[in-house]
Amino acid sequence: MTDLAGSYDVLVAGGGNAALCAAITAREAGASVLLVEHAPRDFRGGNSRHTRNFRVIHAAPTATLTEAYGDDEYWDDLRRVTAGETDEVLARLTIRNSASALAWMESHGVRFQPSLTGTLSLSRTNAFFLGGGKALLNAYYRAAERLGVAIRYGAEVQEVRLRDGAVESVAVESGGRTMRTRVKTVVVAAGGFQANIDWLRQYWGAAADNFLIRGTPYAKGRVLRNLLDQDVMPIGDPTQCHAVAIDARAPKFDGGIVTRLDAIPFSIVVNREARRFYDEGEDLWPKRYAIWGRLIAQQSGQIAYAITDAKALTLFMPSMYPAITGATIDEIAGKLALDRTALGQTVRAYNTAVRPGPFDDKILDGCRTDGLTPAKSHWAQRIDTPPYIAYPLRPGITFTYLGVKVDDRARVVMRNGERAKNLFAAGEIMAGNILGRGYLAGFGMTIGTVFGRIAGTEAARHAQH
Amino acid sequence: MRNTDAVVEARREMEICNACRYCEGYCAVFPAMELRREFSNADLSYLANLCHDCRGCFYACQYAPPHEFNVNLPHAFARLRAETYREYAWPGLLAALFRRNGVIVSLIVALALAGVLLLTTTLQTPSAVYGPHTGAGAFYVVIPLGVMIAAGLATFGYSALALAMGTARFWRDTAVGLTRRADLSVWRRALSDAAALRNLSGGGFGCNDRDESFSNVRRWFHHAMFYGFVACFAATCVATIYHHVLGWIAPYPLLSVPVVLGTIGGIGLLIGTTGLLILKLVRDPVPAARELLGADVALLLLLAAVAATGLVLLALRDGAAMGILLAVHLGFVLALFLVLPYGKFVHGIYRLGALVHYAAETVPARGGARIIE
Repeated sequence: MTDLAGSYDVLVAGGGNAALCAAITAREAGASVLLVEHAPRDFRGGNSRHTRNFRVIHAAPTATLTEAYGDDEYWDDLRRVTAGETDEVLARLTIRNSASALAWMESHGVRFQPSLTGTLSLSRTNAFFLGGGKALLNAYYRAAERLGVAIRYGAEVQEVRLRDGAVESVAVESGGRTMRTRVKTVVVAAGGFQANIDWLRQYWGAAADNFLIRGTPYAKGRVLRNLLDQDVMPIGDPTQCHAVAIDARAPKFDGGIVTRLDAIPFSIVVNREARRFYDEGEDLWPKRYAIWGRLIAQQSGQIAYAITDAKALTLFMPSMYPAITGATIDEIAGKLALDRTALGQTVRAYNTAVRPGPFDDKILDGCRTDGLTPAKSHWAQRIDTPPYIAYPLRPGITFTYLGVKVDDRARVVMRNGERAKNLFAAGEIMAGNILGRGYLAGFGMTIGTVFGRIAGTEAARHAQH
Repeated sequence: MRNTDAVVEARREMEICNACRYCEGYCAVFPAMELRREFSNADLSYLANLCHDCRGCFYACQYAPPHEFNVNLPHAFARLRAETYREYAWPGLLAALFRRNGVIVSLIVALALAGVLLLTTTLQTPSAVYGPHTGAGAFYVVIPLGVMIAAGLATFGYSALALAMGTARFWRDTAVGLTRRADLSVWRRALSDAAALRNLSGGGFGCNDRDESFSNVRRWFHHAMFYGFVACFAATCVATIYHHVLGWIAPYPLLSVPVVLGTIGGIGLLIGTTGLLILKLVRDPVPAARELLGADVALLLLLAAVAATGLVLLALRDGAAMGILLAVHLGFVLALFLVLPYGKFVHGIYRLGALVHYAAETVPARGGARIIE
């Protein structure tokens, strides 16, 4: 049993990628470290459990990466997806340090798989963890244990009490008891608040009750709330979250990657009124999948249905849930509890509007509708070949953007612009500094790793002086 | 195969895995899975036998128990493998021997030992059994050469036939329409994968022998056991040539080829089986299928007994105990021959079949496009 009453140089709040990078780095710098993870051991690691890769610069092909990916291109990609909502200094720092982070990861037991020919074609920009994020976490926890980091599972940091811009004490709840402990420095790496439905309801109203949370149920944002209530400078739009369309049959939490559905470009998507509401073929799916969570969140009941036919069945990655099938559109409407007449009209109107053209699922093929609102701009084929297939969809929340402001030494910034003296932040809780909106695959892990290491170094240095 | 619980569960898990694919770097199962969208019973039978039980996927899985999706592929595949062993057993009537296999193997060992000892001691004179014998033909004073050859050929020949029939059934079921099974490049790849136990290396960094950490210990123990077995088999073949071609009669000197091969093989078998038994005791039980433990332990103990009695026989062959030791050793060998097609040993045959299948669907055809990286 880890001694909570003991006095540690560094307390790390959280147990995901950033937390472990911070804990390991601080311990290697000679500090005594306590890592407090809210989840039990079986579910340790926050959303890092569900990650798969790491976006990294490299000048030449490596065993795990193809071609090259330079810092300017990386920065351009980031600027584009964030539409400028990023801090260039922190972003460039993250990008620059991604290369050394990769070597550090390998030296701490993380294994990468050979560059793969996956459907998202990320092998040029992203290194893939062999076995995914949980395998990475296993490696880090082992490294941390071997180094002598004290790890406490099933323990929640409830309060980081600040006084005059410095951490005074930390309250940790474990097994029904709350203990207050004094530590020299604190690294907060406790994630966003996407699993806190009450908090989401503040911005989304009752619709939030119908959101599914793709990752850990432990991301309640308790540390984040606590810090923002104590005059820590917020960053990132509190109302925004990364939301994709996932299978409505997914569990409320932790469904992860296997609940995602890539059928939308080859389907029509209707709401509960059996009406279409957005151009399903607007652009290539990797560029559009992240808008569909929001689109569905805006529909009544926060539910929608992708409907297509036998021709499309093999065009997208299988999800873990079987397609709902029917010999007729009427049967599909019955199974989905949609108005038969309305769905029949929607499909007929769509089929009539489809223009003939050479279909190609790999490119913007121009197979589109004519005179239909909203239009379907690409991959429009008539839905006319039974069995008809359908998937129910709901918004799946990946992460929230609200966080605490930090500087280039991972120091938490107070509302008055001063740096907190012994408080550092890493991972999702500060990712909004760099990724203010949008999404870049594998970038969350890069931010977590780079800032985890910075926070660990800075915290150890502060504790030892 | 019928839709048993094990089949249904393996299919459920494969459908989750195929939507995830994070484990594709670990072993051949995942690239093979990615070639499919639906999993027929035959597909699952093939994939279950392709799984080497390295457990990399279990520890990497974000859906492993206690997650509600409850994905535990090594366990699901091990259960299904056990069913395939019964499914393909020849003759089908003897498939029941795979149930409570640990007990069955123990009984066969007991009967074989008792039979050989009883026959030796009742049919031979006490001086033949207990008198020290040395020099050419010493073993055959205790058990006549003709009896040894007849019993060995009959049991081993039958087992080879039963294994071949089982393999034929496995292939007929799982490899319908699979072309290129006769390609040299396919066999080269499959045999090299099997010889190196490439799929027991967790993508190159070792498998999860005990827990989340990676190691190659299990692979090396298996190598010691397998190549020990091969060396013992080679020793027997060389001795056969010595006897029938060169007319040299056993026992052979310590530094002769059969004795050196047999000794190295016996030591390898002992190290390998002991190591694998220990790993079975200390490993995490969650990804293991309990119902297979009996069969696993039974074969490991039997192989260890064959090796140990062989080495003791070698050490004491000039003394009065030689007769009884020889009978005991040959009793274990006889039991091993008998249980080859009705115990854990079949896993190697079906796994090689699955590796050939895998190579046939993934190794690039000469001049053709490569199917899988």
